[in-house]
Amino acid sequence: MASTTQTETPPAPPAGRSRPRSTGRAGDRIFLGLSRGSGILLLVIMASIAVFLSYRAAVAISKDEGNFLTTFDWNPAGDPPVFGIAVLLFGTVVSSVIAMLIAVPVAVGIALFISHYAPRKLAGVIAYVIDLLAAVPSIVYGIWGALVLVPYLEGLNLWLDQFFGWTYVFEKTEIGVARSLFTVGILLAVMILPIVTSVSREVFLQVPRMNEEAALALGATRWEVIRLSVLPFGRSGVISASMLGLGRALGETMAVATVLSPSFLISLHVLNPGGGTFAQNIAAKFGEADAFGRDALIASGLVLFVLTLLVNGAARLIIARRKEYSGANA
Amino acid sequence: MKLQRMNRLRATALGALAVSGALVLTACGSDDNSGDTSTTGGAQTKAASNVSCDGAKGQLRASGSSAQKNAMDLWVKEYMAACSGVEINYNSSSSGEGIVAFNQGTVGFAGSDSALKPEEVADSKKICKTGQGINLPMVGGPIAVGFHLEGVDSLTLDAPTLAKIFDTKIKKWNDEAIAKLNPDAKLPDKAIQPFHRSEDSGTTQNLGKYLGAAAPSDWKYEAEKKWPAPGGQAASGSSGVATQVKQVDGSIGYFELSYATSQQISTVDIETGGSAPVKASSENASKAIAAAKVKGTGKDLALDLDYTTKAEGAYPLVLVTYEVVCDTGNKADTLGTVKSFLTYTASADGQKLLTEAGYAPIPEEINAKVRETVAGLS
Repeated sequence: MASTTQTETPPAPPAGRSRPRSTGRAGDRIFLGLSRGSGILLLVIMASIAVFLSYRAAVAISKDEGNFLTTFDWNPAGDPPVFGIAVLLFGTVVSSVIAMLIAVPVAVGIALFISHYAPRKLAGVIAYVIDLLAAVPSIVYGIWGALVLVPYLEGLNLWLDQFFGWTYVFEKTEIGVARSLFTVGILLAVMILPIVTSVSREVFLQVPRMNEEAALALGATRWEVIRLSVLPFGRSGVISASMLGLGRALGETMAVATVLSPSFLISLHVLNPGGGTFAQNIAAKFGEADAFGRDALIASGLVLFVLTLLVNGAARLIIARRKEYSGANA
Repeated sequence: MKLQRMNRLRATALGALAVSGALVLTACGSDDNSGDTSTTGGAQTKAASNVSCDGAKGQLRASGSSAQKNAMDLWVKEYMAACSGVEINYNSSSSGEGIVAFNQGTVGFAGSDSALKPEEVADSKKICKTGQGINLPMVGGPIAVGFHLEGVDSLTLDAPTLAKIFDTKIKKWNDEAIAKLNPDAKLPDKAIQPFHRSEDSGTTQNLGKYLGAAAPSDWKYEAEKKWPAPGGQAASGSSGVATQVKQVDGSIGYFELSYATSQQISTVDIETGGSAPVKASSENASKAIAAAKVKGTGKDLALDLDYTTKAEGAYPLVLVTYEVVCDTGNKADTLGTVKSFLTYTASADGQKLLTEAGYAPIPEEINAKVRETVAGLS
């Protein structure tokens, strides 16, 4: 693949910033109308969804007798109704961060191997298998996690507790099987690996051949080529890939609901069973919830939505600041 | 040449995926259904002779409690075999959804594992134009407390000990309280891992009602569908709890009896204060339900269960699920089918099916009132 990039002719220069004028022919006008209509329809749909969700959420929050942000409980059916998102926010962020810490380095490693080290045939196979991981439905990951990952992680947990218990985070204070945020993080890491890997791989393959050859001509080793030309060039791409992965990790539902032993407590001991995430809580509570309980869940969903928006916004900021390296301008 | 090799590789990979996918799917399918397949098999052989199809026609939609799903499946199958042209669709979502659907008027009747709350009755008056929603006790069942402890096959516990175990006040299997109730068992020095339901559940609520009534000083939580105590671990659904108990040495959890039988999980005998500890079985559960009193007024037959019963062989940890209908003002196009179907489920034949599915029949005295009420629905 690298060789094809080399021989490819450079893309034609963009056709100027101003939009090309319509020719005034019927087909042109119809197409303009259709595409403009679709664009407006999308905005209307999104706006009405947002209005509906915000309204239902506002109704629920106004009846909440606890503090929506700090209460460690979820009991909208109780008397008085009390629910708060603190535990869910904490669990969502912690499990996603664990997933990112595991998945991103591994994914970058795989992407570099595929794009720069592996023989062409092997690279194809690995890339294909990684892409297959993305096609596995999340409930299947959930079943695998519950039946395989959880029992086998107990040994790792004991090991971490024994040697890294002093970190507080890896101290195991409660007995119990490994249905913890840490296990969820590992499972999420496996699940977001394909998206981070394939986007990073594409970016690494886009590195201008000239940069790499220049580095080689200066006497750089292969590792130095990667460090000096590939990684700086690919950084913004890897960041956006990670954000895509983070987006999936934040919203993952069924796999988390199957593996986690939820409880409404916040604890930094990530090996202890307990915690919860937004999506898992919605999946678990929706079935038995009455109308008001559903409104409360919608309110928690809105918080997840805002969280995702913030993450995406942050990613865009980072990428914008490093525009000179971004793949789009190469 | 190269292209061909690539294709062959892809084909192999796809084949491998298909095979492994099929394995995963079948594994999970058989896991879910292992409980019911045997029971449906037993029921199939019986002829549905005593079903009266008078007035039944068309399609009837119903929704609600998943606790009575297996019973409904059996009943619907028998009933539809006898009454051709009538179709009954019971969507076993949850009691909450069932009642919501009933109060929106989209179903003919709802299944619920707790009686209607006053505000739900008030809501129902909009749908039942001339009357209101009532509860008909139709299916009873024991909630089994399953445990997994290497080297221990049978275990006797009483309500206060159960309450302390589920509240994580008793932490070791060789605790004095457990040892006193089980003088013959070799109890290991192992941590107890109690499992409860992670989602809201009528089974949790019924366990809470039992513990609150039979061990009021050790279980101070309100009986709600949500698990109230802070400790312990959670798993999703009865099947999830049963799977965890099956897997984890030192664990204890609660679920319908059928999950314990199908997965060969040992269940706790309950010391009620009677002459001997009582095993979880549908027969023993029926004896406990017989001690219940009707607390509903008018045609409403909501039951007040006696969780502290000391009657001989009565298993006190039971749940009763209701069918919710309008006493008067049922929709004209489904009334005939509702009456005919519920007449069958409340009949001797219908109730007899329950035992085969691991449920407990409603005692005759209450059942007679149910039949009378069903006959008077309008």
